Amino acid sequence: MASRTQTRAALPVDAVLNLQSRAWLLLIFAGVLLVVFVVALSVGSVSIPLSQVIAVLAGGEPDRATWATIIFRHRLPRAITATLAGAGLGISGLLMQTFFRNPLAGPFVLGISSGASLGVALVVLGGGSVGAAMIAGVGFSRDLLLAAAAGLGAAGTMVIIMIAAHYVDSRMTLLILGLMIGYLTGAAVSLLLHFSLAERIQAYVNWTFGSFNSVTWRQLRILAPAIIAGSGIAFLLAKPLNALLLGEQYAVSLGVNLTRSRRWIITATALLAGAVTAFCGPVGFIGVAVPHLCRSILNTSDHRVLLPGVAIVGATMALTAAIIAEAPGSNIVLPLNAITAVLGAPVVIRVILARGNAGKVFG
Amino acid sequence: MPALQTQNLTTGYTRRRQQVVVSSDLELELNSGELTCLLGPNGAGKSTLMRTLAGMQQSLSGQIDLMSQDLQSMSASERAKYLSVVLTERPDGGLLNGYALVALGRQPYTGWSGRLTQHDRDKVQWAVDAVNAADIAHLPLTEMSDGQRQKIMIARALAQEPTVMFLDEPTAFLDLPRRVEILRLLRTLAHDTDMAILLSTHDLDLALRTADRLWLMDDNGGVHTGMPEALIINGTFARVFHSSGVPFDANSGGFNIYESGRAVISVTGDTVYATWTRRALQRIGFTVVDDDRQTDRRVTINDQSGRVIWIVQTARGHTQLHTLEDTISYITMDPESTA
Repeated sequence: MASRTQTRAALPVDAVLNLQSRAWLLLIFAGVLLVVFVVALSVGSVSIPLSQVIAVLAGGEPDRATWATIIFRHRLPRAITATLAGAGLGISGLLMQTFFRNPLAGPFVLGISSGASLGVALVVLGGGSVGAAMIAGVGFSRDLLLAAAAGLGAAGTMVIIMIAAHYVDSRMTLLILGLMIGYLTGAAVSLLLHFSLAERIQAYVNWTFGSFNSVTWRQLRILAPAIIAGSGIAFLLAKPLNALLLGEQYAVSLGVNLTRSRRWIITATALLAGAVTAFCGPVGFIGVAVPHLCRSILNTSDHRVLLPGVAIVGATMALTAAIIAEAPGSNIVLPLNAITAVLGAPVVIRVILARGNAGKVFG
Repeated sequence: MPALQTQNLTTGYTRRRQQVVVSSDLELELNSGELTCLLGPNGAGKSTLMRTLAGMQQSLSGQIDLMSQDLQSMSASERAKYLSVVLTERPDGGLLNGYALVALGRQPYTGWSGRLTQHDRDKVQWAVDAVNAADIAHLPLTEMSDGQRQKIMIARALAQEPTVMFLDEPTAFLDLPRRVEILRLLRTLAHDTDMAILLSTHDLDLALRTADRLWLMDDNGGVHTGMPEALIINGTFARVFHSSGVPFDANSGGFNIYESGRAVISVTGDTVYATWTRRALQRIGFTVVDDDRQTDRRVTINDQSGRVIWIVQTARGHTQLHTLEDTISYITMDPESTA
């Protein structure tokens, strides 16, 4: 055994377990995120030159006074929302993939988006006068109402899952339960759709497309703390998550308190995915694709590296999707979920093909 | 003092509020510095016993003492400092390489973030070296063979610096040379590190040759313990395996898988040729004896300065043959050889 003097010779273990090269990659990721963030501020119905965006951010006067207003009133909340949502989806996707040891798991496997969609459908499609007021569209109160409905729906689902997790031991049971909740809410929503007016259906469908555009500074005061809290919990879980890579039995043998870890993993996922869905709708694919992308670039399954990785890459992907959805140079706005799918699906396919099979991709 | 000790232990599980007992009233001791092998037929309850002793499953009643502490009231994190496991479940490990996987074994000793100190890394390196895996430990798990992966899993359990290590059928997926290697390795580890190692296996022959002590589980979940040779001599082995319908041969230390049905034949000679001629005859159903006065069917093997001759004497007469194959076919052609 090596002596424990200060001058210990470097062992092979030191070189292999060194995380510094990964830290550099994370810094590069962060640089890319910063660039995309600034670009996101420049695109929209009015195109603002990048130099002007930087001038405004630096506290200077832009060439046109309205640009500052546009940036502070609309673009900045949108970009911050996309950043938070992307990070939240990436982290919750990683949590679920590790927890269920399943490469196809994502933020919504526990039924969070299904619960939220039922909440929204009840308000938009079945809400009578409330629904009518919403279609009339009364500024941010409409969005807030949607957020509240989605949030309540998501929270309801999570309460069911938490209670189930308390009584059943098997992760598979939870997975199936999440799936069944999805089918049941889907059934309820399709019934509501069947008996609804066309314009209400349109309002509901618009919500399912997902969007970062409707979040105001005021709503960010709820979204931001939820994402920060959820991410904080996830970072504290890095060690048990690493143990869970070996399966639950090995994790217990390494000293992991399974009941407690499970409870916190579900809580963090609920906070992250629930908050994002409440304010942005069921934004798909980022949560599934980003963990795969990060594993393959960072070439590790270590959550101490992956967690910051998926947060940064998730934010970058969400911002990129937001930029593309604005269809720069045109006046139309594309459905966000169409963009995230086009960005995300090839990532999953590429990573899975490169690795030979899905089982090996997943860590 | 044994590292692990049970008193009045009853293992089993609860199904639909009914207790199902697997083994009852077990009084077992697991000694430090010894390799103990747990043998027994499938379904007897080896895994249940092992999981119970490892604290991964509640016992129905009784006491388990780990270094004089009550194992069943210890928290998972306390237990992890004394006890490590290698399970039959084979994790794919994702993108983890050997070192990263072994490093997970340091979790009981690291802080909230799992950051490794230099001491931890030394222990990881030591564990990897101890299982002779230094040349492959930088590889991702997915690129390792079953045997290499099993070594890494043992190194991970070793990095936990346990007092007791449990291995559930660690050689099940390995070819014979790898099995020998793993068992030899575990015995050395037990002796060198003063750990108590308990491993379950179906490799009767290997267990008999390597274990310091055997735990022999019968069909009823009872456990008979002792030195391997002593268990054979006192007939415990034959008794336990007889009930499973396989006769154990105390002379050869293996199962008697031959079916008799042919005549008695004697084989004389004491070279390796004689040993394997006996085996070949037993395999096809002859009862082989050493004393050539008991039968008029005889094989005598002469090794004349490197030239081996089989002299066969049967009712048909007397002949000399030069290969084992010719000898066997000559003997089986005799119509009276079938008793």
